[in-house]
Amino acid sequence: MNNKKRKKYINRKRKEFAWGCLFILPTMTGLIILNIIPIFQTIYQSFFKTGAFGRGNIFVGLTNYKRLILDGAVWQALLNTIKYAIAEVPISIAIALVIAVLLNEKMQGRSIYRAIYFLPMVVAPAAVSMVWKWLFNTEFGLLNHLLESIGLKSVAWISNPAIAIYSIAAVGIWSVIGYNMVLFLAGLQEIPRDYYEAAQIDGANSVQQFFNITVPLISPTMFFVVVTRIIASMQIFDSIFMMIDTSSPALKKTQSLVYLFYRYAFVENNKGYGSAIVTLLLGVIMIITIFQMVIQKKWVHYN
Amino acid sequence: MKRNEKILKSMKHVVLILGAVIMLVPFAWMILTAFKTNSEAMQINPFVIFPKEWRTEAFVNVWNKMNFIRLYANTLIMIVIRILCAVLTATMAGYAFGRLKFRGRDFWFALILFQMMVPGQIFIIPQYLMVGKVGMLNTMFSLVFPGLVTAFGTFLMRQAYMGLPKDLEDAATLDGCNIGQTFLYVMMPLTKSSMVALGIFTALFGYKELMWPLIANTEQSTMPLSAALAKIQGQYGSNFPELMAASMIACIPMIVLYLFFQKQFIEGIATSGGKL
Repeated sequence: MNNKKRKKYINRKRKEFAWGCLFILPTMTGLIILNIIPIFQTIYQSFFKTGAFGRGNIFVGLTNYKRLILDGAVWQALLNTIKYAIAEVPISIAIALVIAVLLNEKMQGRSIYRAIYFLPMVVAPAAVSMVWKWLFNTEFGLLNHLLESIGLKSVAWISNPAIAIYSIAAVGIWSVIGYNMVLFLAGLQEIPRDYYEAAQIDGANSVQQFFNITVPLISPTMFFVVVTRIIASMQIFDSIFMMIDTSSPALKKTQSLVYLFYRYAFVENNKGYGSAIVTLLLGVIMIITIFQMVIQKKWVHYN
Repeated sequence: MKRNEKILKSMKHVVLILGAVIMLVPFAWMILTAFKTNSEAMQINPFVIFPKEWRTEAFVNVWNKMNFIRLYANTLIMIVIRILCAVLTATMAGYAFGRLKFRGRDFWFALILFQMMVPGQIFIIPQYLMVGKVGMLNTMFSLVFPGLVTAFGTFLMRQAYMGLPKDLEDAATLDGCNIGQTFLYVMMPLTKSSMVALGIFTALFGYKELMWPLIANTEQSTMPLSAALAKIQGQYGSNFPELMAASMIACIPMIVLYLFFQKQFIEGIATSGGKL
């Protein structure tokens, strides 16, 4: 009897193994070919000088990395990327949180507001960037027309090297507010209503409630949004590629690491140096991720 | 007290309406510009807000310059194939990771998490070289290739399966279902909403993607909409009504889909918390 049970158990284990392997086989095969091997190939490639289609690979050791360390454009690009992230992430999160709190109750037009704020998420960044480039146009753009009509001077939004990266960040904020808002709305639903009722009885006003109940209790969602947004903003490419011409005086002060990667790897066909740049990006993102995991304990309240 | 509440409530709407207007201005300006003549668009004294006559010239011109039917078709084919492959493979793998116990499971799942942590650009050079080596650049295959499987989707589906009660599986086993049947007839139908969320995510991701088609599909016959917009801007850079018309043509199908399936779109994003 015992032996029979055991046999049955082993049989079941075996079946589970077979089905498990069968079910993950397509995904894992694809993942290994499409992603896992390429990670190592890219790192490997960064030690080589390359010709077209990977032919004529010459091992050059750390030459690409030496060049990278001495390349001012790379460090400027890293700085541009960080500037973008510092402008985009906190502002888009703050605005989205306020809107989510305002929308987190039964009110007229709630779903219409939600639909409008979310709208930029469903249009292609390539299209959106073209529209914003036109809005930002120094001579004929709508923004400068509005400024001039209230008596202010026009601004070279995307050709002035000092401010162009922030104009691009503004587009990023506009694009991502709805997305963050939806995530916050989902997080706000989890906060029990009695907390607010208790606070009201104790005489807390809505601002106090916001900072003492909403903010701490939404911190798990907040953490998730902050992590994903920082990582996504470190990979900014589309809007820079579409809005900043290669002849723009602001290019040097706006091109991101991914933009440089694209240019070296696919325009100048130097896949080795491109690989070194994207490996640097990998390192930066890994450091940010680890750092966030460490400080997570300090400010995220899990129930 | 009552009056204060009313004031607060209308203040709320003022803030929300103001924000909504800011969100909509770029869309409005895109539409208004697309119906202008080029000289109207570039007139500053006086500045023209509404076109004198709603002209469709810009649409006709870009439509003749780019083969938009082809571009729509390319985008649609890419999205449909990607959805089929990604949802199917991720649902199967998600079930295995979420509900089955087998040797090596944690190792393989760690690879999924690892893929999700690294920046996507790191895959691009080897993927490009791979597709190039088999001579498949500028084909439907190259357009679809990077999206055939999805680590993120697998993670999403695993979460969905982990949330289901254990009794269901036990009942199915008692009724004589093997693991495959349990998955197909009992468990999978219960994760439909997650599958829809993953489908929407896959569609949006494919539609928005720019860098990959920019390098792998450079010919108009196999290009998707996003890469075509970059090309149009590069070639006809300063005819603003035409650029805005092209943007509109590229945006409208997705916006219409969104308006019809708003709930699924928004809930899909909320449940997936996707990395778009």
